[in-house]
Amino acid sequence: MIWAGPSPGRPDDQASESKSMIQRHWKAFGLSLAGVLGFTTAILVLAGAPPLEAYYHLLKGSLGSLNKTGAVLTAWIPLTLCAVGLLYTFRIGLWNIGVEGQMIMGAIFATAVLRWGVESRVPLLYLAAAFPAAALGGGLWAIGAGILKTKGEVHEIFAGLGLNFVAQGILLYLIFGPWKRPGVASMSGTEVFPTDLRLSFLPGLRFSPAGLILAVIALLLTAWMFRHSRFGLVLKAAGSNPIATLLFGERPNRYMLLAMLLAGGFAGIAGCVQVSGVYHRLIPSISSNYGYLALLVVMLSNYNVFVVPVVAFFFTCLNVGSIQLPMMLRIDSSLAGVIQGAWVLVALAAIAWHRRKVRPEKEH
Amino acid sequence: MASDPGARMAVELIDIHKEYGPLKANQGISICFAPGYIHGILGENGAGKSTLMKVLAGFTPKTRGLIRIDGSNTEYQTPAEVSRLGIGMLYQEPVDFPVLSVLENFMIGQTRGFWLNRMATQKRFESLCLHLEFSLPPETPVQKLTTGERQQLEIIRLLSLGANVLILDEPTTGISSFQKETLFQALKALAKEGKTLILVSHKLEDIERLCDRVSVLRKGRVTGEMERPFDTETLLKMMFGSVPSPLKPSQTAAGAPLLNMENVSATGDRAGLRGCSVVIREKEVVALAGLEGSGQGVFLRLAAGLKVPTSGAIRLQGEPMAGKDCIAYQNKGVTFLPTSRLEEGLITGLTISEHFALKASHGFRVRWNDAEQQAQARIEQFRIKGKPGMPVESLSGGNQQRLLLSFLPDAPSLLLLEKPTRGLDLESTLWVWEHLYHYREKKTAIVFSSSELEEILMVADRILVFFNGGVIRDIKTAQTDVHDLGRAIAGKA
Ligand SMILES: Nc1ncnc2c1ncn2[C@@H]1O[C@H](COP(=O)(O)OP(=O)(O)OP(=O)(O)O)[C@@H](O)[C@H]1O
Ligand SMILES: [Mg+2]
Repeated sequence: MIWAGPSPGRPDDQASESKSMIQRHWKAFGLSLAGVLGFTTAILVLAGAPPLEAYYHLLKGSLGSLNKTGAVLTAWIPLTLCAVGLLYTFRIGLWNIGVEGQMIMGAIFATAVLRWGVESRVPLLYLAAAFPAAALGGGLWAIGAGILKTKGEVHEIFAGLGLNFVAQGILLYLIFGPWKRPGVASMSGTEVFPTDLRLSFLPGLRFSPAGLILAVIALLLTAWMFRHSRFGLVLKAAGSNPIATLLFGERPNRYMLLAMLLAGGFAGIAGCVQVSGVYHRLIPSISSNYGYLALLVVMLSNYNVFVVPVVAFFFTCLNVGSIQLPMMLRIDSSLAGVIQGAWVLVALAAIAWHRRKVRPEKEH
Repeated sequence: MASDPGARMAVELIDIHKEYGPLKANQGISICFAPGYIHGILGENGAGKSTLMKVLAGFTPKTRGLIRIDGSNTEYQTPAEVSRLGIGMLYQEPVDFPVLSVLENFMIGQTRGFWLNRMATQKRFESLCLHLEFSLPPETPVQKLTTGERQQLEIIRLLSLGANVLILDEPTTGISSFQKETLFQALKALAKEGKTLILVSHKLEDIERLCDRVSVLRKGRVTGEMERPFDTETLLKMMFGSVPSPLKPSQTAAGAPLLNMENVSATGDRAGLRGCSVVIREKEVVALAGLEGSGQGVFLRLAAGLKVPTSGAIRLQGEPMAGKDCIAYQNKGVTFLPTSRLEEGLITGLTISEHFALKASHGFRVRWNDAEQQAQARIEQFRIKGKPGMPVESLSGGNQQRLLLSFLPDAPSLLLLEKPTRGLDLESTLWVWEHLYHYREKKTAIVFSSSELEEILMVADRILVFFNGGVIRDIKTAQTDVHDLGRAIAGKA
C-alpha cells in the first residue's frame, strides 16, 4: 500500500487504489484480452479458418461501415444498461442471475403501455411513460428475487433462474395469447407499433440516440453514486461485511432490496429500448441473452464502472462481427458460440487470477 | 529439501527491512533463533512483530536483508517453500476449513499419494495429541471448536508437516487460561525435543513464564535482548521507552436499572445461554468472566439485539424489546463492539475514512472532507498508527482494536464490549480503560467480557461468572480475588 502524498486520495474504488493496484488492474485486463485473442485464434486454427482473415472479417463486420457500427451501438446499449445495473448487485455481493427475466418484464411493461398508446393523440406521452413503467416492471421482478433471498433465505441464483423461466413463460403466453397479432399467433411477435411510438432512428447509422443517451446517463449516474453517495458506500460495506454494517447502523437487507430494484430497473429500461427502439414489437427472444452476457462483461471489467463500457463495446464488436464470419469463411456457424464459450472460460480464469492477487494479507 | 523430524534448525535474521511504501515496519532487525530454545518477540502494538514473522514465514517478501538457515543463506518466495524447509507459522486468526472435521483438516496437505490413508493419519493424529496432551474430537467440524482448540489442531498439523521451527503469533490472545496452560506445557516439551520456538507477544507475563530469551522490538527496531531471569522494569522500558503508570480505578455508585434480562435463554456458541436473569445499572462496569464460549458472547449479542432469545424477556430502560432488531437497540444508545475485528467489527476493503463516512453522515451525499478530517482527528486522539486512506486490514492488530474503540459514540447508554483489550499491549490497555472510565460520567453502563482475570479485577465493579451457559456467580469485585474467581470459572461456585 502506497500512500498518496500528504493528502490521501479520495477514499473511493479508483482514487484510493494505490498505483500498484491500478497497474494490476490493467494487467488483469490486458491479460484477459490476450487470453481471449489467443483462445479465439486457437479455435479458428483448429476449425481450419485462417485467423488473420477471420479477424479482418470480424473488424469489417463490426466497424467496417456506418451500418455495422450502428448495429454494434444498438447491441451495446442494452448490454451496457444491464451491466450497469449488475454493478449495484455485485457491489453488495449478490449474484443477480435474473437479469434476463428482469429485462423481459421491462419489455412486457413497456409493451403494455405502448399498446395503450396506439391511436392516442399524444403518442409521445405513452412513449415517455413506457420507460418508467419498464423500470418498474424489471425492478419489481428483481425485488421478487430479493425478497425470496432476504425473507425466505432462497439463494438469489436459484430465485433469479426461477424467475427467468417464469418471465419467459409469461412472455410467450402474451405473444401467443392476449397480445397475438390479429388472426396469426407466431414466433415473429406482436403487432408492430406505429412510427410515432418508436424511438427515432438516426438516418444512416440505424440506431436510436435516445437509447445511447440513456446508457451514458446510467453510466455517469452510477459512477457518481459509487464515488459520492452514502448509498454506494453502504452497498460496498454491506457486500464486504453485513454484520459490521448492521453495527454501523444500516440494515444490509434493505440495501440488498434497493440494489436489486436498481439492477432490475436498468434491465427493464434495456427491455424497453429493445421494444421501442429496436424491434418495435414484443418478440419471444426480446432479451437476446444480454442478461447473461452482461454478467460476463461486469466480471471481466472487474466491477469497475469505467471499464464496463469498454468491455461491453469489445463484446458487441465480436458479437456483431462474428455474424457473417461463417458465411465468409465457410465454417460452421456454431463456431461463434464456441468462441463465446471460450471467452467465458478466459473471463473466469482472469477473475480467479485477479482474486488471488488482490487478496489482502492476513493481519494480526 | 525435505526436513526430517527431529532435525535441529538454527535460524538467523540479518538486517531485515520491510517497507510498506513510506512506512517502515521493520528497519534493520537482526535476531538469532537457536534450536531447543523458546525465543520471545516482545513489543508494543505496531512494533513490527507480525511483519517480521510474516517475512520469516514467507508470507510477505522482505524489502532487504538476509535469512540464514543453519548457516546458509536462504531465499524463498512462498509459504509452501518455507513449509518444505521446516518452518511453520501459527497465525492468530485460524486458517482452516471450518466445515471439515478436525481429522479432515489435519489430513489436508499431508498425504503424499492420491489415496487418503485415513487409518494411518488418524493414528498419527492421535499419537501427536497424546504426546502434547491435547484433547481434540476428531470427527467434530472445526467451526464448532474454540479458538484454543483450533490452535492446537494447527500446531499438530504443522508438526506433522515436519516443522522444526514453529512461529506462534500471539497465541495466548482469545484462549482460556486452561488452554494457555496446555499450550505452554506443549511448547516446553517441543523445545526440549530440540525444536526452535518463536513466541510473539506483547504480554510480559507470557514471555516471562515461558521464554528462555527475548528480543524486544520497538518502532521496527530491536531495542534490547535479554536471557532468563528477566527483569520486568527493564523489559517495560525496552518496550515503551518508559514504565507505564498503573490505572487508578474510580469508584462510582451505580444508578437506575438500564438493562433487565428475565429468565432469558438463547442458542449459540457452545453452551448457549440458559435461564439468565441479570440487571445492569447505569454507571456500572460489569465484567463477564468464564471459559471461552460459556455464554458471554451470547449474552452480549442478546443485549445488543443481534440475537433473538428463545424464551424470556429483555427490557431496556424499562421498555420491552421483544421483536425489535439491532437498530432499535442502537437507537436506545446500545453500542456493541465484537471481538473478531475483521469478521464482525470492521469492513475489509474499506479505508479508515470510509468507515468514518459510514458512521457519520446520514445525508445522501458523503462528505468526504469531513470524514477524512474526522478520521485524522480520531487517529491522533486514539494514537492509531495509520493514515485515513489506509484500508483497515493493513493496520496492525492492536491498531485495528483502537480504531474500533474510536467509533464509540459520545454518550452511549450501554457499552457492550467483547474482549475490548484483546491484542492490546499493557500501555494501550491502561489507556483504553482510562478512556472508557470517562463514559461513566455520562451515566453509561459498561459490560465487557475478558479472559484476563487481572484485567477484570482491575477495572470491574461487578463480575458475572459464566459456566456452561449459565450465570453461576454475580459478585462485587471487592468481595473476590484471583483464586476465588479462578475456582468459580472452573465451575466450582
Ligand atoms: N499490509 C500492510 N500495509 C501497510 N502497512 C502495514 C501492513 N501490514 C502492517 N503494516 C504496518 O506495519 C506496522 C507494523 O505492523 P505489525 O502488524 O507488524 O505490528 P505488530 O507488532 O504485530 O503489532 P500488534 O501487537 O498490534 O499486532 C504497523 O504500523 C502497520 O500499520
Ligand atoms: Mg501483530
